[in-house]
Amino acid sequence: MTIMIDTGNYIAAKAAVMAKPDVVAAYPITPQTTLVEGIANYVGTGEFKGEYICVESEHSAMSACIGASAAGSRTFTGTSSHGLLLMHEMLHWAALARLPVVMCNINRVIGPGWNIWTDENDSISQRDTGWIQFYCSSNQEIFDTIIQAFRLAEHKNVSLPVMVSYNAFILSHTSMPVEIPKQQVIDDFLGKYEPLWKLDVDNPITFGNIIGPAGYYKVRRAMQDAQENAEKLIPQIAKEWKQKSGYYHGDLLELYKCDDAEYILLAMGAIGAESKVAIDEMQKKGVKIGLARVRTFRPFPKEEIVKLSRQADLIVIDRNISVGSEGALFSEVKAALYDKSDAKVYGFIAGLGGKDVPYYDVEIICKKAIDGKTKGYEWYGLEEA
Amino acid sequence: MAIKDFPVEECILQGNAACPGCPATMALRMVFKALGKNTVMVVPACCTAVIESLYPHTSFDIPVMNIAFEAAAAGASGVEAALRMQGKKDTTVLAWAGDGGTYDIGIQALSGALERGTNFIYICYNNQIYSNTGIQRSGATPYAAWTTTTVSGKTEFRKEMGDIIQAHHIPYSAQTCVSYPDDLYRKLKKAKSIKGPKYLEIMAPCPPGWRFSMEKTVEMGRMAVETGAWALYECENDVVTFNGKSKLILEKKIERKSIEEWIKYQGRFSHLFKPKKDTKRIQTLEDHIDQLWERYRKCYL
Ligand SMILES: Cc1ncc(C[n+]2csc(CCOP(=O)(O)OP(=O)(O)O)c2C)c(N)n1
Ligand code: SF4
Repeated sequence: MTIMIDTGNYIAAKAAVMAKPDVVAAYPITPQTTLVEGIANYVGTGEFKGEYICVESEHSAMSACIGASAAGSRTFTGTSSHGLLLMHEMLHWAALARLPVVMCNINRVIGPGWNIWTDENDSISQRDTGWIQFYCSSNQEIFDTIIQAFRLAEHKNVSLPVMVSYNAFILSHTSMPVEIPKQQVIDDFLGKYEPLWKLDVDNPITFGNIIGPAGYYKVRRAMQDAQENAEKLIPQIAKEWKQKSGYYHGDLLELYKCDDAEYILLAMGAIGAESKVAIDEMQKKGVKIGLARVRTFRPFPKEEIVKLSRQADLIVIDRNISVGSEGALFSEVKAALYDKSDAKVYGFIAGLGGKDVPYYDVEIICKKAIDGKTKGYEWYGLEEA
Repeated sequence: MAIKDFPVEECILQGNAACPGCPATMALRMVFKALGKNTVMVVPACCTAVIESLYPHTSFDIPVMNIAFEAAAAGASGVEAALRMQGKKDTTVLAWAGDGGTYDIGIQALSGALERGTNFIYICYNNQIYSNTGIQRSGATPYAAWTTTTVSGKTEFRKEMGDIIQAHHIPYSAQTCVSYPDDLYRKLKKAKSIKGPKYLEIMAPCPPGWRFSMEKTVEMGRMAVETGAWALYECENDVVTFNGKSKLILEKKIERKSIEEWIKYQGRFSHLFKPKKDTKRIQTLEDHIDQLWERYRKCYL
């Protein structure tokens, strides 16, 4: 084990290279650039022995990953914001083809106007593509989640692509110390990738040709089953990783000081990490509140959230907006509770466009909810310049 | 090589879903004879995705990966990289796309793959339309041709894809035509023997798309060449050589036939003849081909 002090992107590059993908195909976009540069550096040093395809667009990056994965190789890519959106069609393609591509997405605002700071609308707007979605809150978690993502994606009962998201700059460009296990630990944990199907001249099969309604219906159901399998596997894989590396960031949720809590805050990504400070502060003041940081948005941790709602009312902060509706996490939480719980759910939008959400703002949000001063959902901090 | 000496092995199985007289299927038969079974094919949205037949069946006896309309060359790049990493360096990676997937929506991915030096063969079967979606114009549709999106005839000339490809300075590119199996076969054999990106374009007259009767596919291809509407040539390391009848036309050893000899058999040009002959537009077509050949002569003679 060694300690590496570096930014989220360089840590992600390290994790990706240590997972030993055969093929990486990527295209630069702020704030993901240092991730691809990091991998390119490992090509230079010889630490990355796979093929790095410098494609001409994110669309081609995902298409090349699809081709490489279909040919039976472990593949990795990374992108952000507009790059992710340009991939959209191919995101569906990778998932429907059941290819275990692993990708980092650095959560960045969508233009116009051009804005490179963080919010989560880029990945949230890809939620129905069939990809498994993780949201990280520290560089250690980025490293550990990427390794676990390969294991999960390639599991024969899952065989779906996995997106590991983390916030622009707050994580992508902030240095933190990260424990890096020995290569052998990762090799043992991941094993060799054994594809369920591949392009093979000795077994010529046509993949993805025309399919009738009945067959296609089954394809969709199989994807849903795979996500449900992932829901069960994520905790197992997280526990196994804990045994091997010592690190555990939670599984579908990370619970923080939830014992005896009468209110539980739900948030994702960096706000989830910042909220821990807010929880500490509020508990000091005697407020019975805990945090459930949502790590996986797909599969969505329905059962775990229902369980929490038996004990507490829920406060949800969304760094995204499903325009015309409300925050996506807020919607999903309420849907999970329907008919199963009478807990109250308070929704807040915060931090869009990269607006900072420090712990004291999280405290104010929680206080508003606890004091019963909110209706429906609310935009926090809109009035400030 | 004479057709009788082509390998007898078939990779196109019986019972595919192509129209009768389909040029894509004819070309594919010859392509597979030249490339053999150690080939992986990437197919974007186009007629071939239909010709493959319905899941769980297939009409191809080689591994095929379907991919999105604009993504053939990028998908093939990934397949090529993966096979190389697995040490399968003798497998041919073939991207097979229509003119829509090549000239229009797929041109970015194609240009990128060529520029990166991807070791693959990209074939565009050029039926000069979007057939799959019911005969819409493409960048390869000739001037004055009817399509469902150019109802009174296309007002623009077709793109010179060959020039665009040559600007990439890849080791090998060629234009051929489904009506000349020997030319097609030879060019594919050559492409297979060269490392790096190879681009081939096959003129593919499409009976329902061009509105001619299905037994005339070969004839329509021949007339495309004999009228100079299409040229057979190859470009190896930036040296362009014209082949067959196109060479004779280039060297003025024979005169190209009038464009009317080609278009009068195609319903897509019938508005140039009925109710009244549109001599102006026919002349525009004729002049455009003359200019093309003048340029060819200037550059390649
Ligand atoms: C992104 C996208 N846009 C549009 C389509 C619809 N589409 C499928 S095939 C096709 C035309 C294909 O034309 P071409 O490449 O010339 O091949 P052909 O059908 O003539 O064989 C179109 C427009 C699609 N599949 N994907
Ligand atoms: S429309 Fe033309 S290219 Fe398409 S299958 Fe029919 S004949 Fe072949």
